[in-house]
Amino acid sequence: MIKLNANAPGVPLADQWDAYKAGCKLVSPNNKRKLDIIVVGTGLAGASAAATLGQLGYNVKSFCYQDTPRRAHSIAAQGGINAAKNYQNDGDNVFRLFYDTIKGGDYRSRESNVYRLASISPEIIDICVAQGVPFAREYGGLLANRSFGGAQVSRTFYARGQTGQQLLIGAYSAMSRQIAAGTVQLYSRRDVLDIVVVDGKARGIIARNLVTGEIERHSAHAVVLATGGYGNIFYLSTNAMGSNATPAWSAYKKGALFANPCFTQIHPTCIPVHGEFQSKLTLMSESLRNDGRIWVPKEKSDAELIRQKKLRPEQIHESKRDYYLERRYPAFGNLVPRDVASRAAKERCDAGFGVGSTGLAVYLDFGDAIERLGRAEISARYGNLFQMYQRIVDDNPYRTPMMIYPAVHYTMGGLWVDYELMTTVPGLYSIGECNFSDHGANRLGASALMQGLADGYFVLPYTISGYLSHEINTPPIPTTLPEFHLAARDVTDRLDRLKKSNGKESVDHFHRKLGKIMWEYCGMSRNEAGLTKALGLIEELKAEFASGVNIPGGLKEYNPELEKAWRVEDFIELGDLMVRDALHRKESCGGHFREEYQTPDHEALRNDDEFAYVAAWEHKGRNDEPEMHREELRFETVTPSQRSYK
Amino acid sequence: MKFTLKIWRQKNADDKGRMVSYKVDDISPDSSFLEMLDQLNQQLIAKGEDPVSFDHDCREGICGACGLYINGRPHGPLKGTTTCQLHMRAFRSGETICVEPWRSGAFPVVKDLIVDRSALDKIIQAGGYISINSGGLPDANTIPVPKHDADDAFDAAACIGCGACVAACSNASPMLFVGAKVSHLALLPQGRIEATRRVQQMVAAMDALGFGNCSNTYACQAECPKEISIANIARMNREFLTAKLFAEKEKNIGFTL
Repeated sequence: MIKLNANAPGVPLADQWDAYKAGCKLVSPNNKRKLDIIVVGTGLAGASAAATLGQLGYNVKSFCYQDTPRRAHSIAAQGGINAAKNYQNDGDNVFRLFYDTIKGGDYRSRESNVYRLASISPEIIDICVAQGVPFAREYGGLLANRSFGGAQVSRTFYARGQTGQQLLIGAYSAMSRQIAAGTVQLYSRRDVLDIVVVDGKARGIIARNLVTGEIERHSAHAVVLATGGYGNIFYLSTNAMGSNATPAWSAYKKGALFANPCFTQIHPTCIPVHGEFQSKLTLMSESLRNDGRIWVPKEKSDAELIRQKKLRPEQIHESKRDYYLERRYPAFGNLVPRDVASRAAKERCDAGFGVGSTGLAVYLDFGDAIERLGRAEISARYGNLFQMYQRIVDDNPYRTPMMIYPAVHYTMGGLWVDYELMTTVPGLYSIGECNFSDHGANRLGASALMQGLADGYFVLPYTISGYLSHEINTPPIPTTLPEFHLAARDVTDRLDRLKKSNGKESVDHFHRKLGKIMWEYCGMSRNEAGLTKALGLIEELKAEFASGVNIPGGLKEYNPELEKAWRVEDFIELGDLMVRDALHRKESCGGHFREEYQTPDHEALRNDDEFAYVAAWEHKGRNDEPEMHREELRFETVTPSQRSYK
Repeated sequence: MKFTLKIWRQKNADDKGRMVSYKVDDISPDSSFLEMLDQLNQQLIAKGEDPVSFDHDCREGICGACGLYINGRPHGPLKGTTTCQLHMRAFRSGETICVEPWRSGAFPVVKDLIVDRSALDKIIQAGGYISINSGGLPDANTIPVPKHDADDAFDAAACIGCGACVAACSNASPMLFVGAKVSHLALLPQGRIEATRRVQQMVAAMDALGFGNCSNTYACQAECPKEISIANIARMNREFLTAKLFAEKEKNIGFTL
C-alpha cells in the first residue's frame, strides 16, 4: 500500500502557500539554463507553464498534437474565469471562493490545494490584463463581472462568450515571446506516446511526429503533463476531436497513480444529439441559465405531440409548463450546480417528458427575459450564443425556446498529485484538468480556466524549482540510455501491432461503441448491476478491437487513423478503470450519482464516514487488477454538510 | 442528401497532387461539412483506401484548425462561418462540391487538405505580445480602459488564426491576420508601450515569410469566419506609418526575425 501524503505545509490553511514559498528552494539563473523541462500540452495550463518556465530561464520543450499551440481546447471555454477580486464589493473574498469550491465539489477535494487556488486567483486577472486580454468592461473603464453557475457573488471575469479563447491567446502570446527569445522550443504536431522513467525519475518522453511518423526521443530533468481531461472516452463530448488521455495514461502505466477516474462532469446546457453520424457535441454557455428558464411540458401527451412535430412549444400555455428546476429548488431555481441540473433533465426525459425528435431534450426559454429586458439586451448578452445555436439547429431561439440536453464536458478525476503538483513518479508533474486536485466530485463554472492558469503561471514555477534544485549537478540526460531504447521499442512494437491488425471495422466504430457503454452505464447515473455489466462489455470490446480494427495507411506518414487507434485503445483501458472506480464508490457525490444511494427526494447521498477519501489507482501490470490507495480527506476548516439548493 | 465531391488528394509535400471524384449519399442536412467528410472517410476505410486528411479539432468554430476551400471560397458559401459550422443544409442535394486546401506559397501542403500554417505563428513570435513577466504586476483595475476601446480590441482579438484571409487574397496577404493582432494590442493602454516596435517587427516578419501585400480587394473581410473588419488593416497601416516616422529611434533594435 502506497502511503499518500499531500505534503502541504503544517501551518494553518491560510498561511500554507506563503510558508511554502518562504521555504521553497530556488535555482540560480546560471543553473536554470542548464536544466531542461518538457511540457506536454499547450492549453491554459501548458502554455502558461511553458511561458513562465521559459521566462525564468529554464530550457523548455513544449509539445502539442495541434499544428499550433493556439488551438488547444482551452480555446473553446466560453463563460468566464473566477477570481476573488471583490471588485463588486458584494462580499466576496478568498475564503468564500475556497468554500464555494469545496462545497461545489461535494467535499471530495483537498482543502490545501483549493485554498491556494482561491488565494492565487486575483493575480491571474492581473497577469491577463497586463497581457492584453480584452475582458468585458463597464463604461467607467473598469472590469465587469457576472454571477456564474449559481454563485451568490459576481466574481466571474469574461470576454463575451469567448473567455477561454482570449485567455489562451494571452498565454500563447507569452509563450511565443519565449519561443522568440529561444527559451522555449516548440514541437507541434507530436503525439506523446510514452513517458521515460530512469532510476525512478521522469526523464523524458517518446513522441511520434504526426507528419513524418518518425519516433522521437526527448529528454529533460523534469516532465510536466498538461494534457487536459479524458471526456472523449464517451465519444460524444464537448471536448475537441483530438483531446485524449494518452500521455496521462502512459504516466499511469509508468507508476503515476490515477485518482477518482469516475468523477466526470456532465454539463447541463449542450445542444442535443441530432443523429448517428454526429461527431461531437456543442456546449452552450452556462451563463444562459442566468436569464433562461428551463421547462418541459406538464402533460406527457403534450410532450408526445411535440416529439411528433404536431405541436410547437410556443403553443403550450404557461400553466401547462413544468419549470422543474424552479419547482424542485426554489432557492436556486435554474442556477443549481451543473450536476444537479443535468440529473434533473435526465430524470424528466426518462420519465417521458422530453422534447425534440429524440425525446432527449428540454427547453431553455428566453421568452420572459426578452419581455423583461428587451430583445436588444438579450442579444447584447448572448448574441453570439444565439447565433451559434441557430447555425447548428436551424431554429431561431429569440422566437422558439432553445433545446438543450446534458453532455460530457469535463473530468474532475486525473493523475494524483501532491501539494507540489507532482505525481507519484518523482519529476513528473501534472497540471490543469490533467490532474485531479481542485474540483472534487464536481467542478463549478468558470473554475477550470482559473485552475489551469493558477497552476501554470503561479504554482508549478515555484514547486518545480524545489525539485530541480537537487538536479543542478545532473548533466543533460542522454537519449541513448537503455530506458529510452526500451520505451521507443515498446512504442514501435505497439504501432506495428496496431497496423497489423487486419480487421474490418474502423477505429470510430469501436470508439462509438465504447462511448455508448460509458454513457449508458457510467454516465449521469450509475448502479451496481450496470457497472458490473459494463466491465464485461469493455473486456469484450478490448478483444474485439485487438482483432477487428482496420487501420489504412502506413506508419511513416501522416495517418490520423493510426493516431486515433492508439488513443482509443488507451480509452478502452481507462474505461475499465473508470467503471471500477465508480463501482467501488458506494455513495453518491457530485457528478458521481449511484442510484442505490440517494435521499428520499432523489438527491445525491454522500457517505462521509466511509468515502471521504481520494481513490488513487495503481497499475499492477497488464493482467492484474489495479490496486486502490487512499488519501484520506481531512476537513479542518469547513465542515462537510449535505448540499442543499432548495 | 447526396453529393459528388471533387477533392484535392496529395500524399505529401513532394507529391504533385490531383482532384479525385467521390460520391456520398445518405447525408443528413443537419450534418456539418466535416461530418459529411467523416462519412466519406468511413466509406474509404471500409474499401481499404486512404481516407482524406483534413485539419479539424474543436468543431465549434473557435480553434481555427479547420479550413477548406469549398467551391472556390474559404470555409464555403456562408458568411461568418467556419467549415466545421457549415451544415449540409446549405447545399442542394445532388450538387457537385469542390474541396481544396488553402493555396499560398507560405502555406505548403502537408497532406491532402492539410497545409502548414506555422508562418502565422512566426509572425506572432516576431512581436504579437506584450513583453511582461508574470510577477510584480499592477492590480487589473489600476488602468481603466474605455469600454469602446476594450470592445474594439476584443473584436480584433476574436481572430482564430485559420488563414482564410490568406486563402481569399489574390496576393496571399495575411494583412487581416496581422492587422487584427496589431490592432488588438495597440488599442489597449497596456499594449501601446511597445506598439511602434511591434508593428514594424510583425510586418517585417510577414514580408520575410513570403506573404504578399494588401491591395484592398476586401476579399479577406468577406471571407473571414469571424468577420474581422478591414478597418484593422487601416489601423495597422497608420501604426506602421507612424512607426516609420520614428524609425530612427528604433534602428538599433533590429527588425529581422
